[in-house]
Amino acid sequence: MTHQATAAGPAAVSPKTAPAPAGKRPGKRSGRRGGRWTPWLYLAPAIVVLAGLLVYPIYQLGLISFLEYTQAQVSGGEPTTFKGLDNYRTLFSDSQFWQVLLATVGFAAACVVSTLAVGCALAVLLTRIRALPRLALMMAALGAWATPAITGSTVWVFLFDPDYGPVNRLLGLGDHSWTYGRYSAFALVLFEVVWCSFPFVMVTVYAGIKAIPSEVLEAASLDGASQWRIWRSITAPMLRPILVVVTIQSIIWDFKVFTQIYVMTNGGGIAGQNLVLNVYAYQKAFASSQYSLGSAIGIVMLLILLAVTLVYLRLLRRQGEEL
Amino acid sequence: MSRTGTLRIRRPWRLAAEASALVVAVIVAFPLYWMVLSAFKPAGEIQSTEARPWTLNPSLDSFRRVFEQQEFGRYFLNSLFVASVVVVASALIAFLAATAVTRFKFKFRTTLLIMFLVAQMVPIEALTIPLFFLMRDAGQLNTLWSLILPHIAFSLPFAIWMLRGFVKAVPEALEEAAYIDGASRTRFLWQILFPLVFPGLVATSVFSFISTWNDFLFAKSFIISDTSQSTLPMALLVFFKPDENDWGGIMAGSTVMTVPVLIFFVLVQRRLVSGLGGAVKD
Repeated sequence: MTHQATAAGPAAVSPKTAPAPAGKRPGKRSGRRGGRWTPWLYLAPAIVVLAGLLVYPIYQLGLISFLEYTQAQVSGGEPTTFKGLDNYRTLFSDSQFWQVLLATVGFAAACVVSTLAVGCALAVLLTRIRALPRLALMMAALGAWATPAITGSTVWVFLFDPDYGPVNRLLGLGDHSWTYGRYSAFALVLFEVVWCSFPFVMVTVYAGIKAIPSEVLEAASLDGASQWRIWRSITAPMLRPILVVVTIQSIIWDFKVFTQIYVMTNGGGIAGQNLVLNVYAYQKAFASSQYSLGSAIGIVMLLILLAVTLVYLRLLRRQGEEL
Repeated sequence: MSRTGTLRIRRPWRLAAEASALVVAVIVAFPLYWMVLSAFKPAGEIQSTEARPWTLNPSLDSFRRVFEQQEFGRYFLNSLFVASVVVVASALIAFLAATAVTRFKFKFRTTLLIMFLVAQMVPIEALTIPLFFLMRDAGQLNTLWSLILPHIAFSLPFAIWMLRGFVKAVPEALEEAAYIDGASRTRFLWQILFPLVFPGLVATSVFSFISTWNDFLFAKSFIISDTSQSTLPMALLVFFKPDENDWGGIMAGSTVMTVPVLIFFVLVQRRLVSGLGGAVKD
């Protein structure tokens, strides 16, 4: 749900053509009475909160990942020792870590692609139908969107329950267990993730399509352009900025999936077959008290997401987005 | 609004599109329907391999079990308290910050904005470990503040980023006019800007409400021994038993947990959709 990031749409044309009110008196803004410290005054609460509860913990996370930090140090009062990159060495030589990393990337990719496909298809569908069915679909989607991750997870597990779930009855699968096999368990989680995250894509893309001036589309169809041509030459390019936002946002969310995996596969699946990085870090830290290894995994995640963010920022810059 | 979409579409196609939209709507709504239905089913029907999509003898047994066995009402109030404090606090703080970064020009403005963007990407679950030690050192473990404080911090970057568009949309001329009429900066901020940005605040608060209401990782990690401070997600997990899950209890608990969010969503639904649309279009 980012926002804004999407300017380049049709609406972004107007600020360039219309004289911007702010441009009329350059330099006046900053000089307005006592203005110099006011922005910092307004920012102070946000900066204090973020520094204390976001920046400092990140620093701590990095620090712990370089220490020996286990139960002995946490409650046994033993001194913490600096171990340099030892924790990372341990982690990178553990084959389970690479397996989990691969699973995380693959699972996130599958979730992103499915969510975008479903969301975009339904957004286009929404523009083709009358108000009543549109309302029905919107309401259903809002319901799925509003459902907390944890209750969504419990309901989907129940739907696919081998003994009492309706899905197996409907498909005639008998008492086939979805959480037993590695891939079917991932598929089950994927269904839930797509179910609760496609509404955001659908609503955003739909809003984007509605923002395209109807005159442009009408002119194109009067000129004899086919539906496909209109989509390819007008709709798609105008939607590009919005698609960038929803894609990046989905990557970030789906890479961080925690609750669904934890609840639906009962903490990472049989013998950890359904672990993703987030759950893996949690299990390492809180289940086996290896806080430094858990922190090292956290740092790896942080770096991967930072890389995604940098790509995002580059794309925004290329679109000429003004921050 | 249907002009663009429906103008050129022939009738049978539109009917087919509408039929498929309704089918999708039913599929999407089905899990929620099944949740509520199962919450009202008597025990015998839930533990039945027939899995009928209706019930002829609705019962409140599951709800009764949930509210009696666990201190569910208390957990509900705890959850509500945590989410409300987070929503109000983060909305106010984000409003001030968004005003600062959109209506002022100052050094490091762009740097700050990029940092707010980057902050959204931080995997909060990874920060559970340092936050746990932070809360322990501050003596806040087992209190609701150990949930409130981190959630304010985590909902801020997105809220600021999203509110930016709403604050920007208020014309400069209005601000100039207010000052010419002798309004002070504070007066402009709270009596003119705040009401105008309010719809955006509502849209933003949906997200902070949901992420806070949803949270179970922090609740699980920070509320370790004092169960009177538990929130709903933890209470829900109690019904998962190694041998036999109490599905009636789980579904009733899930219903109780989902309904407030649904109500909240329906109430702000129009603002949410237009808010997102507005933010996206800006």
